[in-house]
Amino acid sequence: MSDVKLRRLDEYRWEVPMEGAMRVPGIIYASERLMKAMGQDESPKQVANVAQLPGIVKCSLAMPDMHWGYGFPIGGVAAFELDGGVVSPGGVGYDINCGCRLMMTNLSHGEVRPKLEKIVNTLFHHVPSGVGSKGSLKLPRSEEKKVLAEGARWAVKNGYGSAGDLDSMEDGGCLPGADPEAVSERALERGKDQVGTLGSGNHFLEVEIVEEIFDRDAASALGIEEGQVAVMVHSGSRGLGHQVCDDYLAKLVKLVDRLGIALPDRQLACAYIRSPEGQQYLSAMACAANYAWANRQMLMHWTGEALERALGLSPRELGMRLVYDVCHNIAKIEEHVVDGKKMTLCVHRKGATRAFPPGHPALPAKFRRTGQPVLIPGDMGTGSYVLVGTEKAMEETFGSTCHGAGRVLSRAAAIKASKGRAIRREMEDRGVLVMAAAKGTLAEEIPEAYKDIDEVVNVVHGAGLSRKVARLKAIGCIKG
Amino acid sequence: MKAYHTFDHTADLGLAITGASVEELFSNAAMAVFDLITDLARVEPREIRHIVVEGESPEDLLINFLREVLYLYNGERWLMKEIRMSRFGDAALEAEARGEPLDPQKHEICKEIKAVTYHQAEVHRTPEGWTARVIFDV
Repeated sequence: MSDVKLRRLDEYRWEVPMEGAMRVPGIIYASERLMKAMGQDESPKQVANVAQLPGIVKCSLAMPDMHWGYGFPIGGVAAFELDGGVVSPGGVGYDINCGCRLMMTNLSHGEVRPKLEKIVNTLFHHVPSGVGSKGSLKLPRSEEKKVLAEGARWAVKNGYGSAGDLDSMEDGGCLPGADPEAVSERALERGKDQVGTLGSGNHFLEVEIVEEIFDRDAASALGIEEGQVAVMVHSGSRGLGHQVCDDYLAKLVKLVDRLGIALPDRQLACAYIRSPEGQQYLSAMACAANYAWANRQMLMHWTGEALERALGLSPRELGMRLVYDVCHNIAKIEEHVVDGKKMTLCVHRKGATRAFPPGHPALPAKFRRTGQPVLIPGDMGTGSYVLVGTEKAMEETFGSTCHGAGRVLSRAAAIKASKGRAIRREMEDRGVLVMAAAKGTLAEEIPEAYKDIDEVVNVVHGAGLSRKVARLKAIGCIKG
Repeated sequence: MKAYHTFDHTADLGLAITGASVEELFSNAAMAVFDLITDLARVEPREIRHIVVEGESPEDLLINFLREVLYLYNGERWLMKEIRMSRFGDAALEAEARGEPLDPQKHEICKEIKAVTYHQAEVHRTPEGWTARVIFDV
């Protein structure tokens, strides 16, 4: 139970007042019900801990899907000045550029329902997934370094998808400043055969149907129609990203001791952004982020192949196209206005999604009118939301919103709750066909293990941090 | 009685470990990791791996040690059957691990443990011996 005192500001915002070593207050976005659940764990304390980091600007933020992480809370957003501010590997997380991508197809629900079993089976066998999954590609070091430097562009160059896809990814699928020399031999070793693999845990590939449209104009601009079949992919930078985070945590834990930066939690280890160590971490983080974009680009390619094979369609008939790709574990250098002053900041989003408004210069022309698409996956088999970014998010949350439902049960508690139940069967009764690589995954990922996605999304919509465009319902799900 | 038990952390996995001595505590922590990853009964001690780590506090040393232990699996796809401390000091240790490369035909991976975190890590001496708590990213 958290001992942090919270003060309600309005319908959707709660303040963690400044206290002790906090440099700024904390702000948590939540409904009364979600806040009650968050108060049960240590995440509000983690919001307060982040507020103690050097150079933090305005406030330490948390989204309504917040839950207890290590160091930063999951669902945390914090921005730091470039001069005197820090970057923290723990504020990005182990799975650097873990994220989602959504693809639309020409298919309708009626066309796929009778062939769903074949579709799910083919996806399961064609797209590498599961614990320690290896891809069909084993990259020599020189090629792997190109993946790190070029991201999704590398994948496109090598025949996965098309150049037009790059416009539908944050940063065009490649973060600048990636220096493969900042990545350790260990990280390269772990990454050599995992590009193009889904992984395990909460990662998934889901066949979904557009169930409800909230904003017709935005939906049609994004090419989303009711009844249409879509695919959502959730994956990240695999072992390579974990190793990058781990390597730099070990390094920076020593550095903060040397610099005498007092931290409430060693997992918040950090480096000044302008320091050689800070720059080196950002270069390595960019490499891992790029690896993740190449990974999702390849997963999309194989998803298309699997659907064509299962349904006997040509690529043209399937018509699979990328709607957007977001990252929800990342630190980015961005321009923001704070107290009327334009500032360049390092924005950490750990389990939070960028939500830039219409007209933002970082968006390609096709999203200038709608705002940036935001993809929010729900719990297993529930479905997902498509939202768009808003001006209010720029004003209040450094252009950020939530990233998913957010766990509420620990994995152990979820396993306990699912004892004696046939989870696969339960999911089938809900109209979702599920296949998982590992036995335990389904039990750990039962729907009750997560918050209610509708409630989380209603908070960010109600608070104006993003706007609802469409809701999708899952019909088939591959779990790693 | 098992020398460890798991405890709840919302998104991740907590391990509480005990040992009669601090050396035993560290060995038990390493074995707990592999006991969770796989069925140890199917792992044979056919090869040796040497682990050398340093740390500035007992917690730091334990985390650095577990980081190396985990890399055997995550980086080398290698499973540990047993471990022996060959040198153990306040700020450094050397250990000899025995096990074998992961063979998907022979070994089952029950649980993926991806990284060890510093979050709320503790090492304590108690009247009965030693205890530690560590949270892992899974």
